[in-house]
Amino acid sequence: MTDQPHVADNYRGISCPVPPESDAPRITLAHGEGGRLSRKLLEQIILPVVYSGASISIQDAAHLSLSGKNIAFCTDSHTVTPIFFPGGDLGSLSVYGTINDLAVSGAVPRWLSLSLILEEGLPISVLRTILESAASAAGRCDVQIVTGDTKVVPRGAVDGIFINTAGIGEVLHPVPSGPETIVAGDHVVVSGPLGQHGMAVLLSRQSFLLEPVPSSDSAPLIEAVAAIRRAAGSSIRAIRDATRGGVSAVLHEWATDCRLTFELDASRIPVSAPVRSACELLGLDPLHVANEGLLVAVMSPDVSETVVRELHQAGCPEAAVTGTVVERDICPVTVRRIFGTAQPLDEPSGAPLPRIC
Amino acid sequence: MKYVDEFRSPETARQLVQQIRASATRRWAIMEVCGGQTHSLLRHGIDLELADCIDLIHGPGCPVCVTPSRAVDLAIQLSLTPGVVLASFGDMFRVPGTAGSLQTARVSGGNLLMVYSPVDAVRFAAEHPDQHVVFFSVGFETTAPAAALAALQARSRGLKNFSLLMSNVRVLPAMNALMGQPGNRVQGFLAAGHVCCITGYHEYEEFVAQHRVPVVVTGFEPTDLLQGLLECVKQLEHSSCRVVNRYGRAVCRSGNAAALNMMTEVFEVTDPEWRGMGQIPAGGFRLRDSFAEYDTHRRFSLTSEPCNIESGCRAGDVLTGRLVPSDCPEFGRGCTPETPLGAPMVSTEGACAAYFRYHRFPADSSREEMPA
Repeated sequence: MTDQPHVADNYRGISCPVPPESDAPRITLAHGEGGRLSRKLLEQIILPVVYSGASISIQDAAHLSLSGKNIAFCTDSHTVTPIFFPGGDLGSLSVYGTINDLAVSGAVPRWLSLSLILEEGLPISVLRTILESAASAAGRCDVQIVTGDTKVVPRGAVDGIFINTAGIGEVLHPVPSGPETIVAGDHVVVSGPLGQHGMAVLLSRQSFLLEPVPSSDSAPLIEAVAAIRRAAGSSIRAIRDATRGGVSAVLHEWATDCRLTFELDASRIPVSAPVRSACELLGLDPLHVANEGLLVAVMSPDVSETVVRELHQAGCPEAAVTGTVVERDICPVTVRRIFGTAQPLDEPSGAPLPRIC
Repeated sequence: MKYVDEFRSPETARQLVQQIRASATRRWAIMEVCGGQTHSLLRHGIDLELADCIDLIHGPGCPVCVTPSRAVDLAIQLSLTPGVVLASFGDMFRVPGTAGSLQTARVSGGNLLMVYSPVDAVRFAAEHPDQHVVFFSVGFETTAPAAALAALQARSRGLKNFSLLMSNVRVLPAMNALMGQPGNRVQGFLAAGHVCCITGYHEYEEFVAQHRVPVVVTGFEPTDLLQGLLECVKQLEHSSCRVVNRYGRAVCRSGNAAALNMMTEVFEVTDPEWRGMGQIPAGGFRLRDSFAEYDTHRRFSLTSEPCNIESGCRAGDVLTGRLVPSDCPEFGRGCTPETPLGAPMVSTEGACAAYFRYHRFPADSSREEMPA
């Protein structure tokens, strides 16, 4: 064999049509990317099997009562490629992810578990760095890692290291009254610039040679939630950290709950220059890109300006009112663009795919 | 942001809309050739804003959409071949072939690599000498130079484990084919700005002389599109037909010489099949004999028969401007972005996907159910 690839030696050619595939539906990567397919997997496959009784919920954290105490409980599994990315790493990400789920549900995070699934061959030095990052993140949030587990699987079974964290927090009243209580006229607030994490990870996977590379927003939202609580008290309808599927996925989910339409104003959506440039180049919408330290909140309009001011004081200088809740349109989420008319915003479905040209 | 914000000024956009309305004494049928333009027109609501004076016909300029099923089938088969890694753009992964897509092939064990540039596939091949990397190369003249560069880089690096599965197409022959179709009603064209960045627009002068229709080289931002439409309407109103460049910040008459030279060195013109449009004379590129070692077809002795797929999809009519996407009986029912029957529903540049995203159709989940 000289200049032929070895695969061609025993290659017998291709004929058309190709053999039909099995019709049995299978999990695709798109089922894990937030948005429409993730929601359908949860609603149609997972919840009907594992939940019994009337307590079906797809909230990020469950609120439970235990010996008269109200606690919040949640879990989240984390995998990211690369493990180290601009602005963060898998260790801190796995801690902040669960802490944020607790915080936006209206709880003060207290305890975490940390379970590791490690690939055979992972350098111990990498593991140590990730663990130190996780410990430092927990310390920053005054949260204790109190239990955990470690599994090692053969090379190829996972990509380096997967981390699951579960968290318990103490529910602080008043909690957000829930997306079903949203009414027309309410305001939508975001706590910072959109799409930082998703673009940081995407751009560090590939050699785009874009400068500057956006930095992930991976960070705890405890202070931001506290600021909203101080400013708005019981006027808060819903808070959510906008992770996979971005702000669009959160608003589409809430629109299903309240049967109203979220109308955003494109000119008021905060997006950093690096994220905007990269999104323009790749044909992506920052509203669909993942965040790891950004919350969306809906509240009555009389408190929104105060909330934004408090958020500015609490380390979220770009927090802004970005939209309004209106009577139900045919579309659940719309964006006012150049002509001031409300254009539909689609629910994300699968990973955002950069366009060809 | 420079080169973006000034072309999205609401005030300028409104002025241009008024000028178009003031210029048009009747409704004109204008085709925007490129899918990127379709997407931008619908995203910003320009189609609805001008519905009373311009009948926008969405052209075939979506590279994913015109890639024939059998090319996708070949890519799927290659991805399932031991020792082969099939690399392509993310958009291609969900495009349906005869049975399934690259995405479903991955579920069945297909070895796939999503890349953003053919050059990334060359780099991957250099780093993985034990695997043969096939780059599934689709796109118009916009992406063809990068594919040519990949072949040149593979040669200069002495790689023996890299080849191109070519499905690259050319815009102008498709416009010629459209003009020759029975029932064609296109009265003017917005030429694809990014393609013209590479090719220039001198070739359109002959096209205009032959078909007597205005061609306006047009960009992708809202005011770019409105300026292109205004120029087109003015020419139609004055019964004139010329090639005019309204994307001067990016396009010059002779094009990008470096890119064109690379394409000429590596490619020759061929007569490929376009999905939905059939065979188009001179409608695509293939590798020259001098680059045969980088031609997947020749490396793997690939052959395939054309196959007739029976489905309700009328992508061909959409791609040739004979059918508005939402008038297709499968639109939003059997055919959605998750379960596309045809490629125009897959890509962000596809006309069907643009209609699904930006026009007002009931968006509740009753339209499509996940198989349980």
